Amino acid sequence: MSEVPLPTVTPLTEPYWAGLTEGELRHQVCGACSNVWLPAREECPRCLSEDVAWQASSGRGRLISWVVYHQASHPAFADRVPYNVAVVELDEGARLITNVLGPLEELAIERPVVLQIEQEAGFSVPRFRLL
Amino acid sequence: MRGKVVIAGIGQTAQGKHPDRSPTSLNVEACCKALQDANVDKDAVDALFVKYPTSGHLPMYGQTMAEAMGLQPRIGGVWDQGGAASASMIGFAASAIEQGQCEVALVTIADNPRTGTRQAYERGWGDDAVFGWFGTPASYAMIARRHMEEFGTKQEHLGAVAQACRRHGANNPGAQLRKPLSAQDYAASRQVVDPLRRDDCCLISDGGAAVVLMSAVRARAVGVPAPVPILGYGQGQTSWEVAQRPRLTDTAAAVSAATAFAMAGVGPKDIQVAQLYDCFTITVLMTLEDYGFCKKGEGGPFVEDGRIEIGGALPVNTSGGLLSESGMPGMQLVTEGVRQIRGTSSNQVVGATTSLVSNQGGIMHTHSTLILGSS
Repeated sequence: MSEVPLPTVTPLTEPYWAGLTEGELRHQVCGACSNVWLPAREECPRCLSEDVAWQASSGRGRLISWVVYHQASHPAFADRVPYNVAVVELDEGARLITNVLGPLEELAIERPVVLQIEQEAGFSVPRFRLL
Repeated sequence: MRGKVVIAGIGQTAQGKHPDRSPTSLNVEACCKALQDANVDKDAVDALFVKYPTSGHLPMYGQTMAEAMGLQPRIGGVWDQGGAASASMIGFAASAIEQGQCEVALVTIADNPRTGTRQAYERGWGDDAVFGWFGTPASYAMIARRHMEEFGTKQEHLGAVAQACRRHGANNPGAQLRKPLSAQDYAASRQVVDPLRRDDCCLISDGGAAVVLMSAVRARAVGVPAPVPILGYGQGQTSWEVAQRPRLTDTAAAVSAATAFAMAGVGPKDIQVAQLYDCFTITVLMTLEDYGFCKKGEGGPFVEDGRIEIGGALPVNTSGGLLSESGMPGMQLVTEGVRQIRGTSSNQVVGATTSLVSNQGGIMHTHSTLILGSS
């Protein structure tokens, strides 16, 4: 069995992963223009300010789109097919790649979802369940 | 600009498997064939533009290629835009010729992911690999799903694109895959990453293709046998990763097409044949919409009833495209666009006088448009 490829924690992304360990999903917010985004950046991609802070998200969002893998591109996922990967937009505006927990036949765009932090080889990762 | 620069020659290698051939060797073969087709000696070439090979990113590859061709170009280099590179490099070369920066330009692409490595298309997407987020097809599937849910686009619409390309490829002796695809075959084809099936995904191919550019004046003076004028070109970019893109179903293909149509002084209704980048079937539907051949969201119904097949209102990918001729990223669409104006395609659209080519790279990140004409 091959191991699931785990994220590489860097000084830039450490607050994100630490937040998940502490039970919250954080996004970045710009102190100058209030723009909100993920994943972690050094500057605001809208106004280019370096005044960037981390903030806890409500964990609520909606499903933008999803796919279902029927063949695994990595051996660690071979026994998970068919599995979904989804794009979720948080209520605050940031978007992220994730998995949605729940029956595939119930997935639909714009469906409300809520954060459910799960463990992946000791890593806390953000997944979502249908509301 | 309109028509002042021509595609003087086209050349391509066989498409499919080339074990023991490097991308450089395939580029050299394509360039030699393009020069021969233009009836131009290589010593006349003073510009060389090359796409970096996706399966093996080599630094300063433009110089590697120039050395292999025995050239000391005035201008050129390697271009990194994924599948949009061919049409983009042609646009840059045409501008350079018009500005007097060079006179005869070779523009070439080649790669060998079929017998080499296709790892570049299957890798995990950074930290998101922990979610099982891998590979190029899944990103296009994410866009396709949104399009289907938002606009009611059906699986059969994606299938109609694959069927058109496969029908055209079956009649192209140079195509890698010459097996037509019925609606039943498509529906039975293996799911790769839902909503994309195997037959929604382009081929993986070794091969190369190249074109020679020069001014229309020079082409006349040196007696180029079959020059094809470039009427317009344009580019556009959607520089967000898929997850961050505000709208998954819009792309900067619209910007690219508007620029090219304005330069050429034509619109969608003036196009008789189009080669639309078909790395995945969804790309063709969205390009038809973004180019204004139909309204946003109506790409699916547009391709019904054979409309994009030979004999239809707008034949698309008449050499088979990436789904049937070759998975090579884009230059083969340009060479087919040229053949349509010359009247030499294996699926010739009778009386074609204005021919359009779209190129696209990344996950619909980069886009480039060419309009060719018989003027």
